[in-house]
Amino acid sequence: MALKSSPVLFAWLSRLPRRNFSTSRALLATKPVTVRDALNQAMDEEMQRDEKVFIMGEEVAQYDGAYKVTRGLWKKYGDKRVIDTPITEMGFSGLAVGAAMAGLRPICEFMTFNFAMQAIDHVVNSAAKTFYMSAGQVSVPMVFRGPNGASAGVAAQHSQCFGAWYSHCPGLKVLMPYSSEDAKGLLKSAIRDPDPVVMLEDELLYGVAFPFSDEAQSADFLLPIGKAKIELEGRHITLVCAGRAVEHAMGAAKILAEKGVECEVINLRSIRPMDFETIARSIAKTHHLVTVEQGWPQSGIGAEICARVMESPSFFELDAPAWRLTGVDTPMPYARSLEALAVPRPNDVVAAVTAVLGNRISAVSSQ
Amino acid sequence: MSKIIPSVAKLLAGNTVTKVGAPVATTSNAKYSTKSEASFEIKPFKLHKLDKGPATSATLTSEDAIKMYHQLATIRRIETAAGNLYKEKIVRGFCHLYSGQEAVAVGMHAAMREVDSLITAYRCHGWTYLMGVSILGVLSELTGRRTGCSRGKGGSMHLYGRNFYGGNGIVGAQVPLGAGVALAHKYNGDGGVCFALYGDGAANQGQLFEAYNMAKLWDLPCVFVCENNGYGMGTSADRSSASTDYYSRGDYVPGIWVDGMDVMATREATKWAIDYCSSGKGPLVMEMETYRYSGHSMSDPGTSYRTREEIQEVRQTRDPITSFKEKLLSNELATPDQLKEIDVKVRQAVDEATKQAKSEPEVGIEELTGDIYCYCPEDHTQIRGLHPDAPLQHIYVAQRN
Repeated sequence: MALKSSPVLFAWLSRLPRRNFSTSRALLATKPVTVRDALNQAMDEEMQRDEKVFIMGEEVAQYDGAYKVTRGLWKKYGDKRVIDTPITEMGFSGLAVGAAMAGLRPICEFMTFNFAMQAIDHVVNSAAKTFYMSAGQVSVPMVFRGPNGASAGVAAQHSQCFGAWYSHCPGLKVLMPYSSEDAKGLLKSAIRDPDPVVMLEDELLYGVAFPFSDEAQSADFLLPIGKAKIELEGRHITLVCAGRAVEHAMGAAKILAEKGVECEVINLRSIRPMDFETIARSIAKTHHLVTVEQGWPQSGIGAEICARVMESPSFFELDAPAWRLTGVDTPMPYARSLEALAVPRPNDVVAAVTAVLGNRISAVSSQ
Repeated sequence: MSKIIPSVAKLLAGNTVTKVGAPVATTSNAKYSTKSEASFEIKPFKLHKLDKGPATSATLTSEDAIKMYHQLATIRRIETAAGNLYKEKIVRGFCHLYSGQEAVAVGMHAAMREVDSLITAYRCHGWTYLMGVSILGVLSELTGRRTGCSRGKGGSMHLYGRNFYGGNGIVGAQVPLGAGVALAHKYNGDGGVCFALYGDGAANQGQLFEAYNMAKLWDLPCVFVCENNGYGMGTSADRSSASTDYYSRGDYVPGIWVDGMDVMATREATKWAIDYCSSGKGPLVMEMETYRYSGHSMSDPGTSYRTREEIQEVRQTRDPITSFKEKLLSNELATPDQLKEIDVKVRQAVDEATKQAKSEPEVGIEELTGDIYCYCPEDHTQIRGLHPDAPLQHIYVAQRN
């Protein structure tokens, strides 16, 4: 169980394009906050607000969090509310679910979601289904959270996206934040939500600083679960993505903008429930669709979006087949050169957009 | 009718009376019994990492005796009805009967307080009844009808009640959940204890040992109760477990072995366990040695891995109800007529509930997509049906808090 050192801080800020939803006042007031600090703030505020909220997981207390997301919380709230667990995912996730059934509001941190596979029975069978099976008698108000998806240089067992896995299951709500505002607003909503919520974060985004509006600073800042955000408006093609894939889509949009191609970038924020309305509205405008994700292609998030397009009037809006840009259909390799090819980068998004807009669908794409 | 003995007779009664209770109880039951209480010897407990265990003699009042007998008889009768309903193909899927193991639940329940909670596996019909769900609530859940305690949506393995967290169909999963409920008791400081029950089959699941570890680390008020009925499905305990001393398998968690066929033993052990765990000493493992008469589930005749003679022998020599009945009669805590009267009442109640459980309708089809979420965001109340043109509506059925 190799724990990578904290990710390198990049100066992403300069690369960030204009965020269309902010008011100019808010833009002026923003100060950059990292995703890590935004998550930390969310938990801190919610613990302050509700005595029943507590955190449990590996290294969340004295170590300050394997990725420092829970930094300082143990000192502030003590042993009762910030609980270091042994390395027993199945056991502690079961304990967290049991505590939620009994009325507490646990935040169950997985050091990474790769390890949560040992606990997936409790996420799916114990947490997601109990409200339904009990005809509404037993609710499970809790959050499973931690880093998910591709990391850097950690090979196959520590680098994969579980978005499709959890979003498959009714009873769960599944979130994938991208920016610091996403992280804070979604986590706070997740903690207050009466259902089990899986929050899939990106390790490689933890250290990235994003603008943070005045509103987001507030202890009442909540983002609705099930609503996507139009990260960038555009007329020519719709890019649907979540989590770190938003970064790649935005990077591509910037390159394409220089060529006169306007991308509409939809940051899903919530994978389940999924805001298909926003996607459909965008397709009606752009008539072209590319989905971008880091997970594997088969039965993935992009597959779901494309299926919904196929099944709906959005199909008639398309001027070209929709494409999925996904991770390569292979376990993650270790070697740097291979790893770089395993998940889509901005240039891959550019290529896909160019292909779809040019309606150049080769025989290869039918696979 | 039963004879009515004046209360003074209690004073003259034999050596089984240890102390005299309040003169003439006013309940209708009490007037039948001849003595107000008696004391019993309990088969010695085996202890693991404990200097002292529960006392091996205990007093039983006639009032409690009658109540426990009523519960034992009701559970046995519910299971007989469940088995019949299954054979009639009215109960579907799985159906795990508790017959033979009643003394575990009834004795434990007699010791439990309002504040305590419990979670068990799929052999849960009897427990659900004890935890406050009506006979109809249990049986009509089995038949999948709207009067079922989970509105027919859970089925025989997914029954719930106040302080009762199921009913769980995943072997062993209920144990960490129970430790989590115990964590909530400790977190809330309410003094409650959670009982997490599992069988000798589940006793080998890895997550149990994870739960033992955390419960001990954090001194959670959790009693891990191993109902050792001898067989995990068709695999006998000694074919599945390198050590069949289940009470000692918590290693650093102290344990007690209890005769699970004796309600007095299970009650006394549970009282003691509650004292132990609620005083901050951390968890306990309690092995209840018992026996299941039926097969694992209804499709298992239960005879390929054990002999009919073995089952017969237990029925004749160790049956938890027969043996308790004999104790009550020989100690004059109840009269034969009185017990017969209970049997008749129980049979009537279960028969009536069975009839209703067959005749009630199932819930409306709109509940297929009811209560998937406690809160379903307004924009997402449309649930996908079989195809894109068959959307369903998420509805709220249960009362939201």
